[in-house]
Order: sequence, then structure tokens, then C-alpha cells
Amino acid sequence: MSTEAHNHTADHHDDHGHHHKDTFITKYIFSIDHKMISKQYLITGLFMGIIGIAMSILFRLQLAWPDKQFTVYEIFLGKWGADGIMDPNVYLALVTIHGTIMVFFVLTAGLSGTFSNLLIPLQIGARDMASGFLNMVSYWLFFLSSVIMIMSLFVEAGPAAAGWTIYPPLSALPQAMPGSGAGMTLWLVSMAIFIASSLLGSLNYIVTVINLRTKGMSMTRLPLTIWAFFVTAIIGVVSFPVLFSAALMLIMDRSFGTSFFLSDIYIAGEVLHNQGGSPVLFEHLFWFLGHPEVYIVLLPALGITSEIIATNSRKPIFGYRAMVASILAIAFLSTIVWGHHMFVSGMNPFLGSVFTFTTLLIAIPSAVKAFNYITTLWKGNLQLNPAMLFSIGLVSTFISGGLTGIILGDSALDINVHDTYFVVAHFHLVMGISALYGLFAGVYHWFPRMFGRMMNKNLGYIHFWVTVIGAYGIFFPMHFIGMAGLPRRYYTNTAFPYFDDLANINVVITIFAIITAAVQLVFLYNFIASIFYGKKAPQNPWKSNTLEWTAPVKHIHGNWPGAIPHVYRWSYDYSKLNKAGDDYVIAGQDYVPQNIPLQDNEEEMSH
Amino acid sequence: MTGFLIIAVLVLFAVAVWQMKGIFQLSQIKKGDDSQVANDKDNRFNGKLMLWFLVFFYVFLIYGFWEWTRVLLPEAASEHGKDIDLLMLISMVIIMFVLVITQFLLHYFAFKYHGKKDQKAVFFADNDKLEFIWTIIPVIVLAALIIYGLFTWTDIMNVTEDEDTLVVELYAKQFTWEARYSGEDNTLGEANVRFVEGINTIGIDASDPNSMDDVVTRELRLPVGRKVLFKMRSQDVLHSAYMPHFRAQMNTVPGMITQFAFTPTITTAEMRQNPEIIAKVENINQLRNDKNVELAARGEETLDPYEFDYLLLCNKICGASHYNMQMNIIVVSQEEFDTWMAEQTTFGETLNP
Repeated sequence: MSTEAHNHTADHHDDHGHHHKDTFITKYIFSIDHKMISKQYLITGLFMGIIGIAMSILFRLQLAWPDKQFTVYEIFLGKWGADGIMDPNVYLALVTIHGTIMVFFVLTAGLSGTFSNLLIPLQIGARDMASGFLNMVSYWLFFLSSVIMIMSLFVEAGPAAAGWTIYPPLSALPQAMPGSGAGMTLWLVSMAIFIASSLLGSLNYIVTVINLRTKGMSMTRLPLTIWAFFVTAIIGVVSFPVLFSAALMLIMDRSFGTSFFLSDIYIAGEVLHNQGGSPVLFEHLFWFLGHPEVYIVLLPALGITSEIIATNSRKPIFGYRAMVASILAIAFLSTIVWGHHMFVSGMNPFLGSVFTFTTLLIAIPSAVKAFNYITTLWKGNLQLNPAMLFSIGLVSTFISGGLTGIILGDSALDINVHDTYFVVAHFHLVMGISALYGLFAGVYHWFPRMFGRMMNKNLGYIHFWVTVIGAYGIFFPMHFIGMAGLPRRYYTNTAFPYFDDLANINVVITIFAIITAAVQLVFLYNFIASIFYGKKAPQNPWKSNTLEWTAPVKHIHGNWPGAIPHVYRWSYDYSKLNKAGDDYVIAGQDYVPQNIPLQDNEEEMSH
Repeated sequence: MTGFLIIAVLVLFAVAVWQMKGIFQLSQIKKGDDSQVANDKDNRFNGKLMLWFLVFFYVFLIYGFWEWTRVLLPEAASEHGKDIDLLMLISMVIIMFVLVITQFLLHYFAFKYHGKKDQKAVFFADNDKLEFIWTIIPVIVLAALIIYGLFTWTDIMNVTEDEDTLVVELYAKQFTWEARYSGEDNTLGEANVRFVEGINTIGIDASDPNSMDDVVTRELRLPVGRKVLFKMRSQDVLHSAYMPHFRAQMNTVPGMITQFAFTPTITTAEMRQNPEIIAKVENINQLRNDKNVELAARGEETLDPYEFDYLLLCNKICGASHYNMQMNIIVVSQEEFDTWMAEQTTFGETLNP
């Protein structure tokens, strides 16, 4: 009786969707359906990614051949690239906007926004986000902030150019650089809106995960993806408001004459009235977000990888509880390590000691995660789909990039490599490339779920193998030029004959960068072509256990026709044997989806 | 050299493309299967590529260390720099050890266990013992590194000033450095940007008697073997005083005085005789000569030959000419330093010539 009643409500809910016929606008533009919003996030994120990567190619050209003229500068940079010579200010603008776009717009919104939206309701068995409306607002705020950020590129005096960390006074004083005028104002407005968007999104994710799990979906049965998105959202809620306050104070310093970050300044021939502020305060506020931000970017990628590696290894993820504990430990520690960006900022050296301690602690849960991934591969039956390859690639770059963190996190060693290319190499590998691999892995894996079609695997393989070689080709040599003492954010290194012997290495890096960027076009083609012409996807192409694959291929409002599936087990019962040990729990099928009740011939695990 | 590297990269790229061709051929043989899900052939092929990638990774690593270690900084020219270099070496060895092993396991497993139709994965969900082991090993290694690192850090940053310490102010502005020596009284006079005017370019307080014997210079000359305490100021935006050869760096912050101290141990003249530096300078001059041939052919100005000098660079983004904010550092013997100092005009003399 009760089951019937339940079904009835569900049907009614489903019908409800059909009463109001979706118009084009409610379906594709102001949609409140999490699946559509996730696609919107993905496509906006990819679009921003194209801009961000294109910028990196422009400044890599400049770094490799500083004395050559490239008409491509004139095409893309206009007056800033007149006669094929790049203006030093626009070089700084390019690195600034590249950083901003990649960190916030691609890897925060594009990665976490896409997959949190897609997977949280589908994997926990919910009809939609807790608040579809807030979710829609969150996306449109993100869209607005993207538009403003792009608009800022066309400002007369040029976009923000003080580095993505926008340290004042450089970012506060238009006299210090042209980019700190209207360009910086737009940057700050864009980021303020971005933060609002991110907060609305994060609160929604948290509430949804806590309240809307289906029957049987205890926290310890959640797929690791959801754990990662959930904890990421919490870090975002804790740290993003601090960046907001920093941005607000910077706006006040810039426009209303306050002195939060400014003191004793003589610039352009006059002394400013500002007194008593401290740029170091800004650095604290910025990195209080800035460091957790690294994990906001990385944790979703690690969550996605956990899921994909387990599915494609046909094995449970090794040490599920340790993985959850690591995520929690990383999240907690990530909020108390920000000072390692500031060892030589002039803050008290004792603080430096404390931050060295907490920073190196974070290596422990990270190491545990890396070992657990490797052990998951051990004695698996690896299905090397493109998503799986990118996940393995992620583990590789996560290790390579993470290890150099031991050097940078050590205050004594940081003194000499701080702000050199060593840092650039480190964070690009550990958070940039790793998170991008997570994004690609997620797209290849959940593309059938998002668009109902399959991506071409061969193009995926080409994409992966060229990218994986190219990415190391770019960032591995950077460690050397960093240890040679080459500072980052230099428009050209020719002002120092001492660095002349690094020019060759810079050429190598740029060639790898061009090749790697070019091969992303293969991905782009595959992505777009597959949306329209890809092979129609079966319901569960990767033979996966999680709930999203129990929903029909065709998207419907409310995700499941009829009742929401109930959950009876964790999501990692891959290759689990029956009691007799002679076959899988379900004969001939090496996976048991979460909505399958415990079988008679099966031993119950603690999950 | 560049030519060789470019060719090497292109060859690698060609190999990659060639391998891609293999993928296409494989997929063509399997015409019937267009599920776009990896089949046994894909698994085998990509598994093999995992091994090849591992080879590429190691070769690249070895090539990097073989070819590029010579561009690295020479031996540290300061007392504490030796400690940093040793700690760096230890950390590097640990990192490389872990890197080589974990990358091997990762890619080797990816090859070894590539999917086959009849292969069964082992249901292996957890093992407390294993997890304990690989939690405790990083804990021990990191604890050792942390302790060593913290001792080094504290030694470097805890500046004890004694009578013999040379106090020098580093003054940063867009886009130059200036240095101020404290003179005979070894005490810097008060200063603030509000005093900047005319020849008083760094805002020294002329009413402070301590400032009269201060000496302002555009180059940084240091006596060898004597501790130098740098007091740093900036007049406009953040800069960073980066002296890579001395393993020294500190940001300069408007509105506050930051400090860093070190003892130079090798004079500029001695460093120029260092075999590593001789080789480096030779190489650089070779590169510059090659370029000069090009420049001369185009009728442009040629580059001067290069001679080694210690450098002070700006290492915090500070505006359009950030890339060219530099000052030479010259380390000399105490006698030479004294002679040089005697030739300089004091602040008092500049004010009342």
C-alpha cells in the first residue's frame, strides 16, 4: 500500500513536469534543472578555458622569442601588439588574466560547478538540487562575472595586470600600472559576483548532500565524488567570504580613500595621504582563500578520479574510509597553511615556522591518497578508456607536482625558490594539470550521462597521449630554470645576460606548450561533434555501480520516472565474489549497482 | 643546441603521431565494434603506451639532470646558503627516490593489469596494516625534514645584531634599487617617504643626526666574511629583494621595514674563478657571439661580452619594467670595501656641498 502511494506521488511529480510545457527559454536558458545547469557550467567553463589557454600561448611565444616579431600579437592584442611587438604591460595582463580565468572560471566553476551539479542529485538519488532556483541564480551570476571579466579585456588602459593575486599597492594605484585603473575595477566587480555565485552554489550542494540522500544512502555509502564535492563546498563557504572582504576593502582603498592596505607611498612624484595600512594584511586575506582554493580546485578532480579509477579497474577503491579521512584532513589543513605563500613577505619568521609545520603535514593525507590510487590499480582488470587514462595521468602529475611541494613548503628552502619558475612548475602540475585531467576524465566519463551520446575513444586516446607528454614537457624543464634563479612574471629575460643560457629551455617549453594546446582542439572537436553525431549511449556504458546510471539516458525532469531508487550497498562492489567464491555476486556480472539489495549468496561488508 | 632540442622535440612528436597511427589501424581492424568503450585491443595498446610513457618519463628526467644542471646556481656565496643547499640536496634525493618508485608502480600496474576478457579483478577493499605503513613512513620522513628545516629557518631568520654587523638599507622603487650604508656610527638615520624631495631621493630625515654620515649608492658593495643586515623599504609597491647567489630573499613592503641578514663568504673576484662560473660564462658568451653574428648581419647593435656579477633582482611583480629592476652586488675584501666607502659622499655632504 505504502509503495503504491509512493509511486503515485512520484508519478504525480513526474506529470507535474509535463503540465507546463518547457519553452526554449525555461529549458535551455533559465533552466532550474541541475542537468541543464551542469551543461551550462561546462560549456561556459570550456569557453573560458579556450581564452585562458590561448593567452598562455601568446605569452609563451614572447618568453621563447623575445626579440622576434609576431603578427599574431597584432591580431589578438591590437594596439598592445603593434608591429608584432608585445607591450610589457599587456604581457603582465595576459599572465594575470590567464591565472584568474584558469583558477576561478575554468577549474572552480567549470570543474566543480559542472560535476557537482550533475552528480550530486544523480548519485545521491535526489530529484534535483535542494533549491533549483538558487542553482539557476548561481549559474547566471557566474555567467555575468565571466562576461564582466571578458569585458575588462577591452578597457582602454588594459585589463588588470597585477598578477592573479592582485597584491596592493600595485593593484590599488592606477599610477603604478595602467592595468590598475578601470581594468582592475572590473576585475574586482567580476570576482565579487563570482564569489556570490560560488557561495550560492556551495550552500546548495551542502544542503542537498545533507538532506536529499535517498533511503539507504548513508554518508559512508556515498561515492567519493560526492564526498569530494561536499567537502569542497564547505571549504568554499569558509574561505570565499574572506576573499570577498579583501576585495571589498581593496575597492574602498581604490575608490574611497581608505587605507586598509596602503601606507607611506610616494608615487608619480607625490606622497599619498594613506597611512597605517598594510599590504601584508591583504596577503593574509587573499591566501586565506587562495590556499583553500587550491583544494577547491583539486578535491573535485580527486573525487572524480576515485570514482573513475574504481569503475575502470573493476575493483573497489582501496581504503574508502582512509580516502574520506584524507579528504577531511586535507580540507581542514588547507585552511591553516596559507602562510606558506608568505614566508618572505615580511611576516614574523615564527609564523613561518608554524606554517611550515602545518604545510608539511598536508603531505601525509596526500601521500595516503596517492598510495591508495596505486593500490586500486594493483590486480585490477583495467579498462583503459580515455577517462581512465586521464585519471592515471592525474595521479602521476599529482605525485610529481606534490613532491616539489615538500621543497616549497619548507620555509628555509622557499627563500631561494620563492616566486621563481620552480613555483610555476609546482603549482601547474599539482593543481593546474591535475585538475584539468580531472575535468577531462569527468567529461569523457560522464559525457554519455550529460548528452546521451558517446565521445570518440580514439580521438580521446590521441588527446590523452599528446597532452600527457606535452604537459610534462612544459613543466618539468621549468623546475630547472626556477632553480637557476629565474623569477616568474618577467616580460623578457634578456635584461639579465646571466640568464642567457636559459633561453634554449624556454624555447623547448614553448614548443611543448604549442603542441599541447593544439591537441586540445582534438578534444574540442570530439566534444562538439559527439554532442550531435556521437554514437547513442547505452544506459550504463562503463558498467558502473553508482545511481546516475540507473536513470534513463533521456533527461527527464526529476531524474527517475517512477520512484527514486533505494540504496542497499556502497558504490564500490566491483568484482565482489559470492560466498562460495566461484563467481561474482551476480553471476557473470562483475559489478553490483547500489540499488541492488543484498543477495543471499553474498557476505555483508561493513559498508 | 637549440636546434638539437627542437629536433629532439619534433622527433618525439613524430613518434607520438606515429603511435597514433597505430591506434587508428587497430580501430579499423575492429570494424564491428563501435561501442566507444575500450576493448581488449585498446587496453593492450594503451597498456603498452603506459610502459613507453614510463620510459619517456625516465629518459626526460635523466636528460634534464644531465643537460640542465649546469644552468643551476653555483655554490652558495653565503654562510647560511650552505645549509640551505644541503637541505635542498637531501630533500631532492628523497623526492627523486619517491618519484621514481611511485611513477614506476603507477604506470607499471597500468600496463601489467590492463583489461583482458577473462581476467578477474581482485576484490581488495582495505588493509589496515598497509595503510598504517604508508601513513607512518611519510610521517617519519616529513618529521625529519620539518625539524631540520625549522632549525635552518630559525638560524637564518633570527638576526642577532652585534657591533661588527654591517647595517645596509635596501630601498626599492619602480624600477630601481638604492642602497644606504649607515656610515661610521653604524646607525641608519630615520627615514620616511614624506621626506623625499630633490636630491633626497630615498626620504632620509635630515633632522636626525644619525643620518648625516649615511651613504646612498646605486650599487651594492659588501665586505666578505662580515655579517650584513639588510633593512628594506619600498616607496611605492611591493618589491622583493632576491639575491639568488646568496640564497637570500625578502619582500620590501611600503609602510614597513623588513629585514634579512647573511654573511657573504666568496668575493666577486673569487667567484669569477669558480670552474662552474667559468664554464657558464663561456657558454653564455658563446651564445651571445652566435647572436651577434645575426645582429651584425642585420646591421643592428651587437651585445657586449658578459662578465659574471652577483645580482639583486626584483622578484615581486611591480609593474611594466619589473623584468629589468636590478642592481649589481660586488663582494670585496674588507680593505677594498673601506677604500671604496671612503670615496663616497655622505648624506650630510650631499646636502651641504
